[in-house]
Amino acid sequence: MVALILVFAVGNESRGDDALAPLLLRSLEGSADAAGRVELIEDYQLQVEHVTDLTGRSAVLFVDADVSCAEPFHFSEIAAERDSSYTSHVMTPFALLHTYRQVYGIDAPPAFMLRIRGYNFELGKPLSDKAAANLEAATKLMRALCAEGDLQRWRQRLVNV
Amino acid sequence: MTDKKDNLETAAHPENLRRVAIDPVSRIEGHGKVTLLLDENDRVHQVRLHIVEFRGFEKFVQGRPYWEAPVMVQRLCGICPVSHHIAASKAMDMIVGATITPTAEKVRRLMHYGQILQSHALHFFHLSAPDLLFGFDSDVAKRNIVGIAAAYPEIAKQGVLLRKYGQEVIRVTAGKRIHGTGSIPGGVNKNVSAEERDYLLKDIGQIIAWSGEAVAMARRLFEQNLDLYNNFGRFEAHTLNLVRADGALDLYHGGLRARDLNGNMLFDHYDYSHYWDVIFEDVKPWSYMKFPFLRSLGPDAGWYRVGPLSRVTQCDFIPSPLAEEQRKAFLAFDNGNAAGATLGFHWARMIEMLHAAEVIQELLLDPDLQGNDLVSIGERQERGVGVIEAPRGTLIHHYKVDEHDQIVRCNLIVSTTHNNQAMNEAIRQVARQYIDGRKLTEGLLNHIEVAIRAFDPCLSCATHALGKMPLEVELLDAEGSRVDVLTRASDGAFCSPG
Repeated sequence: MVALILVFAVGNESRGDDALAPLLLRSLEGSADAAGRVELIEDYQLQVEHVTDLTGRSAVLFVDADVSCAEPFHFSEIAAERDSSYTSHVMTPFALLHTYRQVYGIDAPPAFMLRIRGYNFELGKPLSDKAAANLEAATKLMRALCAEGDLQRWRQRLVNV
Repeated sequence: MTDKKDNLETAAHPENLRRVAIDPVSRIEGHGKVTLLLDENDRVHQVRLHIVEFRGFEKFVQGRPYWEAPVMVQRLCGICPVSHHIAASKAMDMIVGATITPTAEKVRRLMHYGQILQSHALHFFHLSAPDLLFGFDSDVAKRNIVGIAAAYPEIAKQGVLLRKYGQEVIRVTAGKRIHGTGSIPGGVNKNVSAEERDYLLKDIGQIIAWSGEAVAMARRLFEQNLDLYNNFGRFEAHTLNLVRADGALDLYHGGLRARDLNGNMLFDHYDYSHYWDVIFEDVKPWSYMKFPFLRSLGPDAGWYRVGPLSRVTQCDFIPSPLAEEQRKAFLAFDNGNAAGATLGFHWARMIEMLHAAEVIQELLLDPDLQGNDLVSIGERQERGVGVIEAPRGTLIHHYKVDEHDQIVRCNLIVSTTHNNQAMNEAIRQVARQYIDGRKLTEGLLNHIEVAIRAFDPCLSCATHALGKMPLEVELLDAEGSRVDVLTRASDGAFCSPG
């Protein structure tokens, strides 16, 4: 039986602010907020096989560092979108949702995106001070989201955050 | 090998030419860019592939205890962490003086062939099939996995599930989906339980069948466009790869084999722990990436090709029946022409994927996987070299460890570095064939990307934060002023800032 809510953190802890999402996920591990109905998964980047992780969920929340979103974070509901990336080894969450529809013939579960503003992505560098502050703010939101586990409440937050 | 003055590497009078840069900045560290120098009649005078090689990784591990290396190096690359995990482990086997146990070797092999399967599936179905199925000039919106899914839903689904299966093999053997700790200096820290074996065995028949169909599809594409596939970016090259002691294809371990472009053996079964006696790394002022060459042939003539095409064509046989049958068919096809074609990489890659699936099945049926003799330790050494055949080609890890168990020196030669000159040669051929004298279009520029994608270069891609994946094509006049710029955003849409 899969957990109804999937939190998918994307990033690499060894590359400066790319660690934002994995660190947020660490803070949720073992937390009562996430117990039971929330599954936490992380990977370096999204790939086609991750569509298989979305099946059977009532909601999916992608968390990632972002180099251009507003500080400290940006929370949004996202939809499947055709992605014309010319190459690369990485997919956007939008394209993953679109691929889900193509592979399974039905729409992916409702999906949300938490982008946390990052600044420095050098290998071996620690999290920057500004990113750490953004992470703290994002973690508070994430704990509330996990505790609520309710799509309507999440959608209300889209307006309020 | 082409005459140096006609090889498009360096233009005679670059100051009189306009410059076009194809800048697929795909990652924060490590990115590729192609520059073309054209005259006023669109004749090509210079073509260069610049890969800003990510050199930080050697420094990244310096000062760390040697036993951390197999885990740390996985963070170098989000695409092939397992390759670095295993190559570092093999180097550390030498450091701890180990001759690893049968169980440890077979668990590592299973992990490695799982990585080969998932990586080749991703490359063929996700990165290359859009070009191959829709054509190089097709609508850019179709040239991705979503386009494939719309037009060829069954193929798209197989690509996803092949990839997923390979990831499951990795999860079982490495202990986790990412940051695996399965392989350690001297062996492994877990075996494969009977329950895990049965879980993987239940789908392997389907995986082998789909892999066989993928080989057939690669062949069909070749047959349908024979002239194009035989000649696109074609060039002759020396080859380098590992082979088993009996000459068989072996992607986990073996000796180095190099042949010249006429097929003559340069060296065979060479002990890779002294690779620097046969391979040297050259530098060029216009590229951050090194240019390895075979010492005996020198820097100008000694460049070579690694990866699936070299491995499948240069081994004496493939030690699994279905893949061996396909290897023979590949070599015999069109009097052997496919075996030397740049687009032959795709066919060879699918033969290797089929082989990986067969090896996984064979290993899963081997009771040694359930053994409990996991680690071996011998006399401590100062230096360790680990070499494997990673999905994209030969991968060398070389470490020096001091008396305090700290890594004091590290040198990595990754597959993309080995193929640096070969990729340059491929895109120069494409420029001669398709771009020289013609007005540039997005479709023509995609031909260059198709040639690069055949090699599947890995551009240090363990970080990817949203918003960091633009592609920029910049057109400059003879004085270096920007005439136009075209930017492709991370969603693939082209826009001109006007």
